[in-house]
Amino acid sequence: MHVARLIAITWWFQLKQSTKAGIFVFTAIIEPLIFATLAYYLFKAGKQPGTLLYAALSAGLMGIWSATLFGAGGAINYQRWQGVLEPLIAAPPPYLLVLFPQTLAASTIGVYSLTSTLLWGRAVFGIPLHFVHPVAFLLAVAVTIVALGVLGLVLGSSFILYREANALSNMLEFPVWIVTGAIVPLSLLPGWVHYLSWGLAPTWGYRAIRAGALGGNPWPGIGWALALAAVYLLIGEAILRVFERRAREKATLSLV
Amino acid sequence: MTAVRLPMSGARVFFVGGVMSYRALFSWQSPTFYIPTMLAHPAFQILFFAYLGRFSHVRNDAFYVVGNAVQVSAMAGVFGVAMTIGGERWTQTLAPLLATPANRMALFLGRALPQIANGFVVSAFGFLVGRLLLNFDPPLSSLPRLALIVLVSTAACTGFGLVVGAFGLRLRDVFIFSNPAYFLMLLFCGVNVPLSALPHWMQIVGSGMPLTHGIAAAREVAAGASLSSVSTLVWKEALIGACYFLAAYLLLRLFEAEGRRRASLELV
Repeated sequence: MHVARLIAITWWFQLKQSTKAGIFVFTAIIEPLIFATLAYYLFKAGKQPGTLLYAALSAGLMGIWSATLFGAGGAINYQRWQGVLEPLIAAPPPYLLVLFPQTLAASTIGVYSLTSTLLWGRAVFGIPLHFVHPVAFLLAVAVTIVALGVLGLVLGSSFILYREANALSNMLEFPVWIVTGAIVPLSLLPGWVHYLSWGLAPTWGYRAIRAGALGGNPWPGIGWALALAAVYLLIGEAILRVFERRAREKATLSLV
Repeated sequence: MTAVRLPMSGARVFFVGGVMSYRALFSWQSPTFYIPTMLAHPAFQILFFAYLGRFSHVRNDAFYVVGNAVQVSAMAGVFGVAMTIGGERWTQTLAPLLATPANRMALFLGRALPQIANGFVVSAFGFLVGRLLLNFDPPLSSLPRLALIVLVSTAACTGFGLVVGAFGLRLRDVFIFSNPAYFLMLLFCGVNVPLSALPHWMQIVGSGMPLTHGIAAAREVAAGASLSSVSTLVWKEALIGACYFLAAYLLLRLFEAEGRRRASLELV
């Protein structure tokens, strides 16, 4: 009960705090709208009108990853800058239970991206929003958000020793869009990339969301995303324990 | 005596001040920051849009390599300049800096100079990535012309970055302007979507932005055109850049005066 309360309150607090930061508003709303517009005109120029909902949806999916990346990747550094990292690690609850709701809040911000690109597509470009499996679509979105939140935990944990976390976040935005097939189908990418793709939960989450919206079977994607999220949770817990220990030994927790 | 020292002082502020302000972007000196942000990010951007281009069947790889390789100079031209000016506020050196009698033109333009060089390096790396990983194979003889166009475009983009950076004197978080500015260039400047495929009003906006004409010229030159055949585009790019530098100077003076009046220069 205490654990559930801690996760819920930290998630809600982080969500409210994030929505008040200019950088999150840009990452979660403005950047996806720019990409949605770009994709719309690009696909229109390529004379593929059937893919316009695909473009709006894809831009939203890209936004979910950006929100996770910058929110989760920077979570520990924000705590460093605010001077609360040491007290949080010294507090009785395991630090995992503090960091996970924060990274989950970061991926939850991505819901803004998806909603804004779909509404933008409807309002500005007249793209009809007809979802083939609406319930499965919503479930796939929820599962993808959770899976990305756990992936964010792995990222955030890895960055505990790395003070330039923002630089890594900057670097990882485009490659994950490519590898997870956020907008470009994996079939266009070299074969070896597929092995990377299969190990990333967003790949399966995005497949499920697309299947829910555009047609297809969303359930395998949902299942794989959940399974990978469970694996990430174990990896994140282990990484966090090791890196936290190393940061304590090297006395680097409060270095900014 | 004063009349002789003033120009020298201006030159010192321009060159030495500019280099020192670049060095003050401490994290940029570190490979752990520079490589992921200034080299890897642009490389992945080029790959992403090249594959998106293949999927959308709009243009070939060369179109996306040239467009994005020129545009990534904005990593330095927009973000670098914005951080240079915004950084003065974060490090609490903005108020003392503006309390000096230093020539403002030299002060701010000097901060742009290292970023032009930096942007050129980032752009050149982008072209190299395109050459090595994608179907982009410009004639060797076109490289000097391409380099000249990239230099002009990067300089114009840095003028635009100074305009964005000027808002660092007015706002507490300059990234509120610099982030959208960078990404809007992807949309408006013909980087990834041919200008002809955009609505008329977007074409008009795009034609007034830096990089638009430079990218168009670079594409033609990379396809084998002579410099004289794209000279109009290059001159337009240079003229637009000069207009942005002038606008930046006026904005910087305006926001400096307003910052003094509102006592807001030290707010972080």
